[in-house]
Amino acid sequence: MSVLVFADNSGGKFKKNALEVTSYGKKVAEIAQSNLVVLTINASDVSELSNFGAEKIIKVNDDKLKNFNAKAYADVIKQVALKEGSDTIIIDSSTDGIYLAPIVAVNLDAGYASNTVSVPNSIAPFIVKRKVFSSKAFDHTEIKTTNKVIGLSKNSFGLVENKVNTVEEEFSPSLSDKDFNVVVTSVEKTTGKVTIADADIVVSGGRGLKGPENWGMIEELTEVLGAAIACSKPVADLGWRPHSEHVGQTGKPVASNLYIAIGISGAIQHLAGVNSSKVKVVINTDPEAPFFKAADYGIVGDAFEVVPKLIEKLKEFKGNQ
Amino acid sequence: MKILVCISHVPDTTSKINFTEDNTKFDSNGVQFVINPHDEFVLTRAMWFKEKQGASITVVNVGNISTEPTLRKALAIGADDAIRVNTEATDGFYVAKQLAEVIKNGGYDLIMAGKESMDYNGGMVPGMTASILDYNFVNACIGIEIEGNKATVTRDIDGGKEILSTELPLVIGGQKGLVEDKDLRIPNMRGIMMARKKPLKVVEPVDFDPTTVITDFEKPTPKSNCKIIDADKVEELVDLLHNEAKVI
Repeated sequence: MSVLVFADNSGGKFKKNALEVTSYGKKVAEIAQSNLVVLTINASDVSELSNFGAEKIIKVNDDKLKNFNAKAYADVIKQVALKEGSDTIIIDSSTDGIYLAPIVAVNLDAGYASNTVSVPNSIAPFIVKRKVFSSKAFDHTEIKTTNKVIGLSKNSFGLVENKVNTVEEEFSPSLSDKDFNVVVTSVEKTTGKVTIADADIVVSGGRGLKGPENWGMIEELTEVLGAAIACSKPVADLGWRPHSEHVGQTGKPVASNLYIAIGISGAIQHLAGVNSSKVKVVINTDPEAPFFKAADYGIVGDAFEVVPKLIEKLKEFKGNQ
Repeated sequence: MKILVCISHVPDTTSKINFTEDNTKFDSNGVQFVINPHDEFVLTRAMWFKEKQGASITVVNVGNISTEPTLRKALAIGADDAIRVNTEATDGFYVAKQLAEVIKNGGYDLIMAGKESMDYNGGMVPGMTASILDYNFVNACIGIEIEGNKATVTRDIDGGKEILSTELPLVIGGQKGLVEDKDLRIPNMRGIMMARKKPLKVVEPVDFDPTTVITDFEKPTPKSNCKIIDADKVEELVDLLHNEAKVI
């Protein structure tokens, strides 16, 4: 038996997600007294995974898999799982990961626990802890099937360095035309910017900033922090910022290490989308704003005075590092 | 074009979440149930297909009789008929099995669901349903156009978007972007009156052993109070974020 981790890469480079699922997979394999196998697709240099416990790496290189394709990727995972005798499959919670995992589960007749935040409490029965009700609660889910798929919630386990000797193996999957019934015709991707999905720090602006012309200081703050930029729903609805920056219940989810909300009161729908962030900071003129109840640190004050000062102090801090 | 819109019946986001029976059951006491927010975007997009391309819309829910007001609300928004699979929606795989059966029997061209429900946040049902049926599937869908048998679908990806081309029958997991908040339909009086007369068929579930079971729930440990920093001492925030929270 083995634990199979799918470590996704972007242009050959492993993101934090991939290293996190590998770290997590190593721990699950230890608990289950099993072996860890890591699958990569079209990644040339996989050595980084050795630092996080990848004892065995299966490398698939196939031009047909150049673009992410959920069905084809799921098919590859199934073939590797069967070959390696994997009964536990671990997938990250990126947009691609959550697209892929349900297909893998059906392919392998596996129970699927998404949004998992812990290693299994026990192996027999196999029980994991999951986030539910928009992070307002957790449940313990028992997966009853022989095969199991775990979707690991972003930033819930972290990276655990664990240098091992790695065996690398090439594998050529057999793919059919049916795997490619959904075809990517074009991709629009912002380059050079930190995305909300990958960011360790997210800075978000709300209606308290009064208008789109005032976003310069928010942009400067994100630059100083190497953060991603985000906004509340009203700001996107008013057209001040693009919808792609909207975070909250119906927008993008945030699970960063640090979330800074500026001029956002903290409606429950907003908090539902961002409360998975580890540390939350709120800057708001209204001390009664609900966000103060959800935040770890708060400043009651005018963003137009506080943010420039914060930028200045952060620059000093960065300069001293 | 026959469209099936899958509707989840979920607690309103502002609901207090509590559990009963030794933390093994969700406490629905005093909880207001609504159409799952993602499903509202999907349903409105389906209405555009109905109005512009003459599609028919069936809405479906897997749940007990308590979910019928939510289905009636979807009918009031403009769906033509409704199906309720008479069983508790226990886990995602089980719900997907039930939906697959409904789809096989109904011969739908396009199956539209919200990408996840706001209760268990599983995000499992659309993908699993598509896989059981071996239908084409696109998740996190923020745009869709259908011409004949061809579908052009826009998918939200980390840091951008992707345009995909595929064919019917197709399952999508949809979200905001299919339509915007300002476009969302709410039932009017005429719709509500008409919804009472629209067919709501109750079908019995197919047998399928649950693949997962929730053993119990827990609430997060209550947060410690927010530390308030003086607006004139912003450097203290920098210090706390570095030395205490260790996030910068």
